[in-house]
Amino acid sequence: MNSINQIKKIIVDKPLKLDCGKIINNFPIAYETYGALNEKKDNAILVFHALTGDQFVSGVNPITKKDGWWSYAIGPDKAIDTNKYFVICSNVIGGCMGSYGPSNIDPTTNKILGTTFPVITINDMVNAQYNLLDFFKIDKLFCVVGGSMGGMQVLQFINNFPDKAKIAIPIACTASHSAQNIAFNELGRQSIMADTNWLNGNYSNENSNPDKGLSVARMAAHITYLSKKGLQEKFGRKLQKRDNLQFSFDADFQIESYLRHQGSVFVDRFDANSYLYITRAMDYFDLIKQHDGNLSKAFIQSKTKFFIISFTSDWLYPTSENKDIVIALNAIGADVGFVEIESDKGHDSFLLNVPEFLGTLKNFINTSYSTN
Amino acid sequence: MKEEFRIIADLVEINTRVLDVGCGDGVLMEFLKNNKKINIRGIEISKDNVQKCVSKGLTVIEGDAEKDLTQFPDRSFDFVILSQTLQAFLNPEIVINELLRVGKKAIVTIPNFGFWKVRLHLLIKGTMPITKKLPDEWYNTPNLHMCTIKDFFNFCNTRKIKLDKSLSFHNKKTSLIKANNLNIKNLSAELGIFLIEK
Repeated sequence: MNSINQIKKIIVDKPLKLDCGKIINNFPIAYETYGALNEKKDNAILVFHALTGDQFVSGVNPITKKDGWWSYAIGPDKAIDTNKYFVICSNVIGGCMGSYGPSNIDPTTNKILGTTFPVITINDMVNAQYNLLDFFKIDKLFCVVGGSMGGMQVLQFINNFPDKAKIAIPIACTASHSAQNIAFNELGRQSIMADTNWLNGNYSNENSNPDKGLSVARMAAHITYLSKKGLQEKFGRKLQKRDNLQFSFDADFQIESYLRHQGSVFVDRFDANSYLYITRAMDYFDLIKQHDGNLSKAFIQSKTKFFIISFTSDWLYPTSENKDIVIALNAIGADVGFVEIESDKGHDSFLLNVPEFLGTLKNFINTSYSTN
Repeated sequence: MKEEFRIIADLVEINTRVLDVGCGDGVLMEFLKNNKKINIRGIEISKDNVQKCVSKGLTVIEGDAEKDLTQFPDRSFDFVILSQTLQAFLNPEIVINELLRVGKKAIVTIPNFGFWKVRLHLLIKGTMPITKKLPDEWYNTPNLHMCTIKDFFNFCNTRKIKLDKSLSFHNKKTSLIKANNLNIKNLSAELGIFLIEK
């Protein structure tokens, strides 16, 4: 991972008090930008990434050499058109793509932080990323947008900084992590921690890596990102490069082989401790509780125009939970639009080539920008 | 179509908050937005139509008026518009009550089933009437609860819903509906337009 040193970073010298009580100083935020900031500085879009995302939304990711995670949506002439808008995305704190996270070295001990890294929250992530506005001297963003955990950050951003974005687009997310969401995350964490190579989070200092645990965590999570129908159509009971069942525990079925592959490529690009910290941050997210049960209060200070998007086959962050945000906004007369997009691709729909979604996103962004 | 929109636009006051229930592809919303200084929102059941509204820069939420109006607080809009969709609801009475709860006033337009051509069609042909305003066959019509101008007029009166303005519309002409010309208007008008409040 030599190229990790070429990642763009700001060092935040303003102390940040985390929700856990700890104060962090001089910490790095790794970021990437696409397109150009115009003279009026009114065309900036801040993108928040999901659990395993990073700052490389478009083009080729210089670390993984794969397409940026939101390449379908962001780029020249795409839904978020980088010929027109200045797109900023940064790696969340707790992450492993250059921002302050558990794989950073503790300068006092010269050892990798591991589980001595503080437990962080979505609120902490958003507060840390806010420093990018100062860095780019942007007074007000045109748009904040993100899917899944990125959507949660959008909601938290408007709550924390009510007048810092003209429009907000939370996609396939929730205002409060459900028991089912927490359960799946706990499954992933337990899988990592059950790997004997995890070494209580100290694996990097001991030249070890809980690959198997992290891989199983990814496999389990991956199932939750797809729909039953999508899986059935793509894989059914098709066998993997064989004509008959082998009466063994090899990957007889294509779906098994697919999941194993997803798990194995994931461990090459993701840090197991980051996975623990970020899933924890998601589980702690409850914007409704932050306002004593009244979600509307989160947005009452804001004049931001909202557009909320959900997907029919997303059972991880279902339409009903997205609609709760719409209802909370309508209750205070906020400017909010909402659409549920028809798709068989499950929660992952927002990352994939779903033309109705991409078209709607593009239309909303462009018509909102032209009414400046 | 445009004529009906103009009448609705005349009923809506400027600088008000307006909700278009069952806004379709946003054609009325767009007309009102361009012709009147108001803050307008829409609610629409069809995904396709919601996407069309978004492409026009209109603020619309996907939802079912029979279930999703509950999310709006009492009197959160100055005007709530229901243009030629009342007859398509499973329970129009509940929808009317919701309109009058969410809006300080409601504008309801109905295709008049008492229009003479409709009556004549049923009388002469003996089959379910098909007209310009009611183009569907009985088996595929979305209209579950057709009513006449007189029906709606009586409905409001028996429920103590105040009829601020009752208009009949035919051949690009609008005229007032009153108790003493109700039977004539019920025969001669294709469309009824009502401004109501509770």
